[in-house]
Amino acid sequence: MSKPISEIENELAEEFDLFDDQMDKYEYIIDLGKKLPPLAPQYLQDDFLVKGCQSKVWLHAYIEGDRIFFEADSNSSITKGIIAILVRVFSGQKPSEIINNPLAFIDRIQLRSHLSSQRSNGLTAMIQRMKTYATAFA
Amino acid sequence: MIAEKKISKTLLDVEQIRNDFPILHQLVNKKPLIYLDNAATSQKPLTVINAINNYYTQYNSNIHRGAHHLAHLATEAYENARKTVAQHINAAEKEVNFVRGTTEAINLVAATYGRKFITKGDEIIISALEHHSNIVPWQMLCEEKGALLKVIPITDDGEIIFEEYLKLLNEKTKIVSVPYISNALGTINPVKEIIAAAHKAGAIVFIDAAQALPHQKVDVKELDCDFWGFSGHKVFAATGIGILYGKESLLEQMPPYMGGGEMIKNVTFEKTTYNELPYKFEAGTPNIEGGISLGAALNYINNIGLDKISAYEHELLEYGTEKLLEIDELKIIGRAKNKSSVLSFLVGDILPYDLGVLLNEQGIAIRTGHHCCQPLMNRLGIEGTCRASLAFYNTFEELDELVKGIKKAVTILK
Repeated sequence: MSKPISEIENELAEEFDLFDDQMDKYEYIIDLGKKLPPLAPQYLQDDFLVKGCQSKVWLHAYIEGDRIFFEADSNSSITKGIIAILVRVFSGQKPSEIINNPLAFIDRIQLRSHLSSQRSNGLTAMIQRMKTYATAFA
Repeated sequence: MIAEKKISKTLLDVEQIRNDFPILHQLVNKKPLIYLDNAATSQKPLTVINAINNYYTQYNSNIHRGAHHLAHLATEAYENARKTVAQHINAAEKEVNFVRGTTEAINLVAATYGRKFITKGDEIIISALEHHSNIVPWQMLCEEKGALLKVIPITDDGEIIFEEYLKLLNEKTKIVSVPYISNALGTINPVKEIIAAAHKAGAIVFIDAAQALPHQKVDVKELDCDFWGFSGHKVFAATGIGILYGKESLLEQMPPYMGGGEMIKNVTFEKTTYNELPYKFEAGTPNIEGGISLGAALNYINNIGLDKISAYEHELLEYGTEKLLEIDELKIIGRAKNKSSVLSFLVGDILPYDLGVLLNEQGIAIRTGHHCCQPLMNRLGIEGTCRASLAFYNTFEELDELVKGIKKAVTILK
């Protein structure tokens, strides 16, 4: 059973509070990406690509009981780190909790100001795709 | 290298020049901005910004035919800008048509000259270096007319293979359209020879000069090119303005591009007669402040001197190339012998996007990706590059910072 979203958000916020320097923050994001479990090759296909990113992001979701699980990969180290954060927050949650989540953690860890100011990283597109999966499985 | 720096001090007073560009003096992510994305768009000197400001604060008015004072001033300023452009590229004023940019210049020629003169089985030649804007309009024309698009191959260094080009030329070749300078790699093409060979085969030539204008002297008559396009925003003027040069004899034969005001002589519901050159291709109220800004920008670089600019930028390029190659696993993409100030590169298997993001965090603006040249990237077997493109307001110190920034990013990404 996954922790509640709010608890994961708090953990993330605490972890990111440690960094003053943006480059350090990126280094941490990249490390989170490196720890993301590999995505099975059958999902590294165009059907699973998230559109709207300058880099490639593959996202796969499946349902187990009343919970939805996400798996992802990217050809970009930075984007992989961002999707790893989203997977950490949303994977193992109930679809309704994903659909209704206001995504406060993105602002709390200053993901939005520093990352989504670059539209090209596709943060919005990734979140949208996760919510679409959740809606489909709800 | 220190000696070289001293020489360049006498070439250009870059510190003084940088004072002309207000935008350069700011912090990005708490670091001094280092702007190395000049091939995408250039920054604007105060004299250009002031020209636009003066137009709107002192004499904004629609041009031509106005009987009042402001209309006279605006018309005079706009037509003076045309004169400046004509002198700058060594053309007659009636051969200088204001358009939105290089893309529109190419589309205009494809849609008018192309539609009128291209027939089934004709051939149009472009090169493997092409920006999408010099591929798609010709492709559309070929599809419509049943013509064939041929591509001059390049070497791994990014140089056109001239012998292969000569083999492509034949009596069916009607148009050759190539870039003066490659935006993605910086290759300077032998356009004079390309034009001469095309003429011998009976074809006309369009030169995409977008990347040439900011860096070197140009002369359309000396090159004997038939059509020529460039964008104002790449040569220190506003966005949304550009030039199509065409030989008068060719422009005269072409039907108009768009219909509307300005481009007509006389309109009745039965029949319209068209205006003379250059107004024939300038339907509607144009980008007046853009045109004026282009005149101001060309005056600005001519005051500095394009020979000096070229020489200084060449030093920057050589210095940057040498410094970049000190980075482990860094590979320069585009090693043409004759090259403009573009540094395209890859570091190991690092995705250019990741490097671009981490350089941005350090205040350094480069461009990453395919640079609107997907076929070129396919030819080189890569998905994209990191591109640092230089202007005369860039410095040796900025290139040092770029190298430091890349090294820092690489340690994080490895």
